[in-house]
Amino acid sequence: MAQVTLQVFRGDANGGEFVDYTVEVDEGQVVLDVVHTVQATQAGDLAVRWNCKAGKCGSCSAEVNGKPSLMCMTRMNTLDVSQPISVAPIKTFPLIKDLVTDVSFNYEAAKRIPAFAPRAPDAADGTYRMMQQDIERGQEFRKCIECFLCQDVCHVIRDHPENKPNFMGPRQFVRLAELEMHPLDTADRTEFIREAAGISYCNITKCCTEVCPESIHITDNAIIPLKERVADKYYDPFRWIFGKLTGRG
Amino acid sequence: MADVETHEYDVVVVGAGGAGLRAAIEASAMGARTGLVCKSLLGKAHTVMAEGGIAAALGNVYGEDNWQVHFRDTMRGGKMMSNWRMAQLHAQEAPERVHELESWGALFDRTDDGRIQQRAFGGHRYDRLAHVGDRTGLEMIRTLQQHAVHKGIDVHMECTISRLLKDGDRVSGAVGYWRESGEYVAFKAKAVVMATGGTGKAFRINSNSWEYTGDGHSLAYWAGAELIDMEFIQFHPTGMVWPPSVRGILVTEGVRGDGGTLTNSEGKRFMFDYVSDYFRAETAEGEEEADRWYGDKLNNRRTPDLLPRDEVARAIVAEVKAGRGSPHGGVFLDIASRRPADYIRRALPSMYHQFKQLADVDITATSMEVGPTMHYTMGGIRVEPDTGAATVPGLFAAGECAGGMHGANRLGGNSLSDLLVFGRRAGMGAAEYALGLGTQPALVSGEVDAVTSEMDSHFGSDGAENPYTIQSELQDAMDTLVGIIRTGSEIDQALGKLGEFRDRAERAGVTGSRAYNPGWHLAMDLRSLLTVAEAIARAARERTESRGGHTRDDFKETDAEWGKWNLALSRDADGSMKLEKTPLPEMPAELATLLEEAK
Repeated sequence: MAQVTLQVFRGDANGGEFVDYTVEVDEGQVVLDVVHTVQATQAGDLAVRWNCKAGKCGSCSAEVNGKPSLMCMTRMNTLDVSQPISVAPIKTFPLIKDLVTDVSFNYEAAKRIPAFAPRAPDAADGTYRMMQQDIERGQEFRKCIECFLCQDVCHVIRDHPENKPNFMGPRQFVRLAELEMHPLDTADRTEFIREAAGISYCNITKCCTEVCPESIHITDNAIIPLKERVADKYYDPFRWIFGKLTGRG
Repeated sequence: MADVETHEYDVVVVGAGGAGLRAAIEASAMGARTGLVCKSLLGKAHTVMAEGGIAAALGNVYGEDNWQVHFRDTMRGGKMMSNWRMAQLHAQEAPERVHELESWGALFDRTDDGRIQQRAFGGHRYDRLAHVGDRTGLEMIRTLQQHAVHKGIDVHMECTISRLLKDGDRVSGAVGYWRESGEYVAFKAKAVVMATGGTGKAFRINSNSWEYTGDGHSLAYWAGAELIDMEFIQFHPTGMVWPPSVRGILVTEGVRGDGGTLTNSEGKRFMFDYVSDYFRAETAEGEEEADRWYGDKLNNRRTPDLLPRDEVARAIVAEVKAGRGSPHGGVFLDIASRRPADYIRRALPSMYHQFKQLADVDITATSMEVGPTMHYTMGGIRVEPDTGAATVPGLFAAGECAGGMHGANRLGGNSLSDLLVFGRRAGMGAAEYALGLGTQPALVSGEVDAVTSEMDSHFGSDGAENPYTIQSELQDAMDTLVGIIRTGSEIDQALGKLGEFRDRAERAGVTGSRAYNPGWHLAMDLRSLLTVAEAIARAARERTESRGGHTRDDFKETDAEWGKWNLALSRDADGSMKLEKTPLPEMPAELATLLEEAK
């Protein structure tokens, strides 16, 4: 059992500061365990979001020693416990209190995405047929646990909150890619991806991919193919000319 | 209550896991003004943790499967304690609910001919679980969440309901608070659906998420509803046991469904020694037959590794007690030596990831250490099978907080299907009831104020007790005294301690403000935790037999006479918990025949 000092951000929208808490750490513990120890013994009102403590719900996102992480999947023995460990709320979203931020930006964006629109069933009994290889990309996207760490590290909104009204961020690009590549879906969201979701703001720095706890290839598999669709539809000169000539533009 | 924010709906659904979402979708589709209230953010409910799959007799892998076989497996797995009508509806309607999820965007793993793939699971005769690797719950909650959002259903996130209110005998609404601001909020509702999940946080070693504090059980109980079958608690046989901080986290039954076996410290597949007479005829006799069964379920019998969960959990306890356990007090679960590494990573990606990251164990190379963990509450609010109506007018329930469906032991995979089948039915039942009700029942102003001032009372409480300490002691008491193996004298001790905890919980004090204050939240959760803990203990004390998820060391045998009775708990006029024996509903002859035929 080692003693460790956690520097936890305490505060709300009006400001705050890091407060030191020294606690005992047990074998195998993760950062969330230690935050819970602080809560149970020294700061009962320390605000932190968590649900499953098993890396499945994506609730406990925070910046541990400056690195955006799930607290429940960050083991203490991967950190240098001889130094104080800082735990701060994710930066991209407005602070509510302590480690809890207002992530409603993401829920509002999700409401605006054009809904899944399936084709008619394939079989007389009302069921569908899809081959495994045709759904694997979609299944990769649907691993997303909505921890919003990709949103947290995205420079477009992390450093420029003024972009938020025009840019939905990597999480929603993953969602849009999933819908666009869904074998049953019939809707065309290209215009939405360009205009409302603002995909052109993304300059493919891949920070989102690096931080994804589910190892989704956000940039390569979701964002770039969506950018290509937009480019094909709106910026392909041959298609533009073809459209003008045939009236199918 | 002039200053309490108030919303008005036909139907308010409390809880946004699988059952709550499905209920809200149905109620809204029927034209009821519907509000969905959840304690966490949307999409984070415990359903997200479900791994193995949704049980439904689709017949995609074995054409021989049908609802009758599923019904029979469910009844036998539940040790004949399930409400027959619920088991019937569940088996009949689960396939349609799974196909519906697919039409709402879910991407299940596929068979070679493009249909929904199904995997083997404990107690199921055929490969029956529709799944997505080992993250089926995530797929289900995300699909329902996205569908609900696109249907425009009002979702009130991070809003905790503290009390149900009544107008005369009828439910009239609920009072709670916004977590973010700490402000109080009231909901006027003609009908309220409880979909709050289970009670795992009353135990130390559990596989459950933060939210599982028995809120729905407790809210319904305090509103006058009956709880049944509370003694039946499912200890899932395979939770992680090491390191200590992850003890209890679930290891999916899919590991065994996909070929993994349980072994003891001598390397022996010990489950062959624990096949009860009840399951002998349908269980493989030796390792050869068991191994053939994975590939050919028609001509071989099921491996005992996949006996129902209560049987496997007890066997593990016995092996550990006999000194044949693993170094950290569990047994070994081995898939590494039985399946190729790339197969394991593809079929069980979350398990691979979970062990690698949390325990430094590579499950494609070495065995896992596993042991029982409190996983599921079979008991719950007594409901009408067809409508989900509780015994209080205007109150409905679905999912884990409802009782009856799973009897004395739930089969794996039958929970996700339960959420869909009975979530829909409760949403339908509540909407029909609400739309048929002429006038909106009234919220009594004084009652709202009484609730909020009680909630306030935890601030500045003198000689305050720490709510975290009380919960921790409660968890230890439940684990050691009302755990997987029980005796009358220990349960009596537990009941004594629960009385002390109740006194202390009244003095639970908190500091800080009401805004996002977890200590305050827990102080209020203690009421639910202590209510369900008492219900579990009282029912467990009364049932002097062993059956399913209730094992009495002092009454080891299953008693046919007890098999005729449910135990029902309700709040007596004097405020004490009343316990009654009520007869099990009698199964119609044509269904009883199914059980006989299929033996």
